[in-house]
Amino acid sequence: MALEKYDFTPITQSIHEGLISNMSPLLTTIVEWTIIGVIYLLFVAVFGLLLVYVERKVCAAFQQRMGPMRVGPWGLLQTIADFIKLLMKELITPKSVDKFLYNLAPFIVIIVPFLTISVIPFGPGLQALDFDIGIFFVTAVSSVGVIGVLLAGWASNNKYSLIGGMRSGAQIVSYELSVGMSLITMVILAGTMQVSQIVALQRDGWFLFKGHIPAIIAFFVFVIAGTAETNRGPFDLAEAESELTAGFHTEYSGIKFAFFFLAEYINLFIVSAMATIVFLGGWMPFHFGSWEGFNGVMDLIPGIIWFFAKVFGIIFLIMWFKWTFPRLRIDQILTLEWKYLLPINLFNILLMATVVLLGWHW
Amino acid sequence: MTNEQLIEHLSNAYPDAVAKIGIQYPEIIVGKEMLHAFMLKLKSDPTLAFDYLVCEGGVDYPTYMQVVYHLESTTHKHFLVVKCNTENRETPALDTVSDIWPTAEFHEREIFDLMGIVFNNHHDLRRLFLDDSWGFPLRKDYKDDIHVVER
Amino acid sequence: MAEIIEKLVTTDEIKADEYLVNMGPQHPSTHGVLRLLLKLEGEIVHNVDPHVGYIHSGIEKMTEALSYPQLIHLTDRMDYLSSHMNNEAVCLCIENALQVEVPERVKYIRTIFDELQRLASHQLWWCASGMDLGALTAFFYGLRDREDILDIFEETCGARLTLNYSVPGGVMFDLHPNFQRRVKDFIKKFKKKIPEYDTLLTGNVIFQERSKGVGILSKEDAIAFGVTGPTGRASGFSCDIRKHHPYSAYPLVNFNEAMGSDGDTFTRWKVRMDEMWESISIIEQLIDNIPEGDYAVKMKGVIKLPEGEFYQRVETARGEFGVFIVSDGKKNPYRVKFRSPGFSNLFAINHIAKGWKIADLVAIMATFDLVIPDIDR
Repeated sequence: MALEKYDFTPITQSIHEGLISNMSPLLTTIVEWTIIGVIYLLFVAVFGLLLVYVERKVCAAFQQRMGPMRVGPWGLLQTIADFIKLLMKELITPKSVDKFLYNLAPFIVIIVPFLTISVIPFGPGLQALDFDIGIFFVTAVSSVGVIGVLLAGWASNNKYSLIGGMRSGAQIVSYELSVGMSLITMVILAGTMQVSQIVALQRDGWFLFKGHIPAIIAFFVFVIAGTAETNRGPFDLAEAESELTAGFHTEYSGIKFAFFFLAEYINLFIVSAMATIVFLGGWMPFHFGSWEGFNGVMDLIPGIIWFFAKVFGIIFLIMWFKWTFPRLRIDQILTLEWKYLLPINLFNILLMATVVLLGWHW
Repeated sequence: MTNEQLIEHLSNAYPDAVAKIGIQYPEIIVGKEMLHAFMLKLKSDPTLAFDYLVCEGGVDYPTYMQVVYHLESTTHKHFLVVKCNTENRETPALDTVSDIWPTAEFHEREIFDLMGIVFNNHHDLRRLFLDDSWGFPLRKDYKDDIHVVER
Repeated sequence: MAEIIEKLVTTDEIKADEYLVNMGPQHPSTHGVLRLLLKLEGEIVHNVDPHVGYIHSGIEKMTEALSYPQLIHLTDRMDYLSSHMNNEAVCLCIENALQVEVPERVKYIRTIFDELQRLASHQLWWCASGMDLGALTAFFYGLRDREDILDIFEETCGARLTLNYSVPGGVMFDLHPNFQRRVKDFIKKFKKKIPEYDTLLTGNVIFQERSKGVGILSKEDAIAFGVTGPTGRASGFSCDIRKHHPYSAYPLVNFNEAMGSDGDTFTRWKVRMDEMWESISIIEQLIDNIPEGDYAVKMKGVIKLPEGEFYQRVETARGEFGVFIVSDGKKNPYRVKFRSPGFSNLFAINHIAKGWKIADLVAIMATFDLVIPDIDR
């Protein structure tokens, strides 16, 4: 199969062999962890900056203007310049904040995306941790982010931040339910929670097509709930700059603000990556059943490029939402979740279970 | 009602007030004691029905101060100018009409702020634009070396 | 501390679960330097106390030291988005007091400029309100189209915003030769844009959820608080000065008064969109028939109004603007009072915002279309 041509497993295997033959197993593990950690740090940093640039360009395109054009060719170095500026800013700490919590909040918020990235398969053989409860791990760990938001809102000693933090906390906790349940719907279809198995099962067609109606419903709910989870788009009341200046991160400046900012974009990447994995096949090229010729052509493009193309497609969709729609009010956001998305999700789980049991899928 | 009918009706009802047809609109000058009762009648009488207070402004004259009310009726479409003089310029005080027209509450706060006319029975007479230690700028004898440039 | 709080809020006390939040003076959605002291319980607004005066420039005091042509230039700084209508109000007041009849051409020019400026002002309102509600793209679309109107203004009078074009007796310069053609091109282009705006915002479900039924101002309250302009008309209060007491070229045109009856945020929105259509219709009726003639009547060098009091009302984009001049026969006025629409509109907000959330307060403020220098003068 052409898929094996782009498999990264031989490379990682040979590195592992090389290390094991020279050092003790304990040292090998530590060295491997360090290498993976450094790669992920670099990836998060670069990808975060890239996503900020992409957002600015997409936003400009919708608003019929050009976006950053001056710093570097086509404005590519703009985010790097902004980041350097943020690093050099003075860290202004208001006098009566709760110092420990105030400093802790950005770290909690930035650690969560790192944890979740570890289970995402970027291509065949490019997955750091392959639990057999991968999906469950992702939903569990991403819930920790709420604590960071609430801490930031509370510890800032500012009424605006408090209002923003409370709103955001309520919103994230509610929408985690929808995110989790749409993922469960697809787990029912796949029969396994292991991420690499889910991707491998989509070898003869993506789940979005294999699971037809329940999968499509789950996809819509997931995209809406995912946008709400990341405080983006029409659900960005927590940081609505026309109402509460900057919401829960009003009082942060410099690198701490950069953490919140970066975490939001990496969370966006994670939501898109999860959608890609369970609905659009992860790194699996677009295969159509058993059309060998067609599949062979599709396989010519490496899996890693397929993965990023799909992720960027969903990121573009989510950005499109933000720049088109007005904002929802907080009680409308929560009404949407508890009165509409939750019943739809429950019904959908039932529907998917019926479909799987009766074998009405491809 | 036309302007003449209005003037006639009001002169008959209130012989003490001075009513005439001004350059543009009918005008009536009432005394400060009857101001509140007069205004109440203007609003509640169905033939008059002055329910829209267009503008309320203060004017500073050499020996007294005056508050000018422009009133319009949305049903009968007639217009009336009511004026009321205070007794003197040292302690100017008039009755409030903010219980009759809610918009007057803020016009009177502005007049109090800029000219110093106190409105009795106003439930929240605070200064509006300026802070409490400022004088009363719209008075003709307002002297301020910093903010006012005399030519 | 207790005394300070007591002075800051009105005579109600603060209950245990209420807290005070300051919105402004620097705030992205109060459209100027306005400070609102909100008494909140959680998200719900219990009291809105506006503190104004941050941009109070003492315009009324200044006018007492200026001559009549000079004080016209102060008026367009008040409500700068309807500056030509403010200028026209003072010019009309002076002309009526002196019994001066302006040429027909002047009336047509002034009315066309009024309506163009009304379009520009409603454009800016639309895009800023869209931004307040979260549709950030709307801001760019509205400003892009407003640029055409501002370019037309600049060609004729040299200024984009504070026009200073009307003088007592007429206008300052004649129209630029390109004026008619440019206005007609603009109208043709703009008629396609308003349906685009409707699709983007007015028909959007999220927008309708945010604005239908929010902040209802009843007709009696609108009259009692003196709320005029599109805000008042959306409550059913028929107050268009262009219809009831027409001036300039308004007696010669046919147009409808854009009215609503529900008085909620959505109706105020619809009324302003309808007013844009009406403005286009007025301009179309006038632009082809501008009569030839003088663009100004020769007035005396030093203008002195006869003794007495004069009141002139015009309809600006925000509501009824009134100029009250008390003259003692000299070349400076004795007292000038400006009845600004924003002043009366602002203080109705406390009455209608009770019980709604902060996000609704932002939506209500957006549709009230306040310009703060208009309030503070």
